[in-house]
Amino acid sequence: MSKYDIAVIGAGPAGMAAAAQAAALGAKTLLLDEQDGPGGQIYRHIEHTTPEQLRVLGKSYEAGQKVLRDLCEAPVEHIRRAAVWMVGKDGEIAWSVDGKASITNAKRIITATGALERPVPIPGWTLPGVMTAGAAQILLKQSGLVPQRAVLAGAGPLLYLLASQLIAAGAPPLAIVETNSMRDVLAAAMHLKPNATTASYLKQGMKMLAAIRKAGVPRYRAAQNLRVEGECTAEAITFSCGVRTHRFECDYVLLHQGVVPNTQIIRSLGLDHRWDEQQRCFRPVIDRWGQACETVYVAGDGGGIGGAKAAELQGRMAALHAVAGLGIVSNIKRDDVATPLKRELAAELPIRAFLDRAYAPSEQVLAPHDDTIICRCEEITAGNIRSYAKLGCTGPNQAKAFGRCGMGPCQGRYCGLTVSELLAAANGQTHDQTGYFRIRPPLKPITIGELAALESE
Amino acid sequence: MFRRIDDGEPDTCEVVFNGRKVALSRNANLAASLLAAGITSFRKTPVSGAPRGPYCMMGACFDCLVKIDGETRQACMEAVRDGLVIEQAHGEAGSDE
Repeated sequence: MSKYDIAVIGAGPAGMAAAAQAAALGAKTLLLDEQDGPGGQIYRHIEHTTPEQLRVLGKSYEAGQKVLRDLCEAPVEHIRRAAVWMVGKDGEIAWSVDGKASITNAKRIITATGALERPVPIPGWTLPGVMTAGAAQILLKQSGLVPQRAVLAGAGPLLYLLASQLIAAGAPPLAIVETNSMRDVLAAAMHLKPNATTASYLKQGMKMLAAIRKAGVPRYRAAQNLRVEGECTAEAITFSCGVRTHRFECDYVLLHQGVVPNTQIIRSLGLDHRWDEQQRCFRPVIDRWGQACETVYVAGDGGGIGGAKAAELQGRMAALHAVAGLGIVSNIKRDDVATPLKRELAAELPIRAFLDRAYAPSEQVLAPHDDTIICRCEEITAGNIRSYAKLGCTGPNQAKAFGRCGMGPCQGRYCGLTVSELLAAANGQTHDQTGYFRIRPPLKPITIGELAALESE
Repeated sequence: MFRRIDDGEPDTCEVVFNGRKVALSRNANLAASLLAAGITSFRKTPVSGAPRGPYCMMGACFDCLVKIDGETRQACMEAVRDGLVIEQAHGEAGSDE
């Protein structure tokens, strides 16, 4: 007997919405999340935001309060600080809270594990003081901290959002170094399908750019050869634009090259993934409800990047389908609720065709120079991976045996895509032929003691 | 350095990082509080001894590892507690070598 009808993993927009929807329909629902509180990364710390934080973070963050309200009103059992380390297709889920492991089972599992920053392997990206743009946002949301003397570098609208938030907080970045070009943006504009939602996102973007201009933050476009200099911490960033070389002394470099689905759990279940050329990442094979196999659903950015609002809608759709599949509500009821959600989702997603092209990852991070570290944990360089290919290494799992890439504590989260890219290019194979690391539990480190205590229960 | 956007002095408590006493915001995120205290480098890597600090702040990169009560932990997933003794994680992964 399963203890729960539905277990949701991850309490970002997709997970919060999925859990709230499932419980509101009468399903016995468990929500597991690694953080202190709900919100995921996009709405991090949404329960305790101060008025000053809300002012600095702006409307897109405030939208999380509605999702939070829905969650609070639904009878969901929410376990905080729960690091899920094993999931089975039979509905089994194991996790640990503060060093104590637990295991349970659910009839259906909705994974809502969101996104990770795409790896940004450039020289010096391992230095203290170099962080992701997402990390800077988390510091702002959770701890009310803003970096001073920071340079933002890479590509993607998140750089504009972060810059405008830092400006609002009175700590404008020294510069924004963009690896994409005006030409990329113009070429991508052909893929804009005008609708009200797209127009509203573009308007938000223009507003952020206006704030950046007004604050006098310099923007460099089509930047190449990014390099962070420093002995023990980041001291400067250098890059070239055309024939000119630039150097900014700074204390922090905040990198961003878009975000990619966090597929660790779905991968560990051996479920199918396909390469998505437009988003330049793998995504799990799911149907329009988010179903990956009979018992497992994927909702939100974990199934392909669509943003916070799309994630929320996908979370509700997955919950509706799962709950109806268990016979708790009828398919008629399911479709009644889902119809307007599908319409909203259809309006949310078209902007991706523009964003994914306008802010595509740079050649430098997709094909790093030979001496650039690509596996942060084991300090493996791009040149190492290429040399494995020369010796006949055809895939990421074999590459582990050659040099331990992906076998450190992060379990390939920040090198996996780069290893696949490098091997595909070196061997002249497609990304699907090359594949990805095989992911196995435990998905997060646990002690033998935790496991043993679980056995004796 | 990092600057706090909210006015007012936070309620602090004393912890020890690498033998040095530091006042950090009580119950705040440990990695964030160490960064706010001007500590950027949290550990040395087991492979080359290179310094590392927080990179992702969301529990994924494992670069903010520190040693608390003899156990290696992600600083970004811990809270500041009174009297915490934190050591720089050094060569943990290779300690059996």
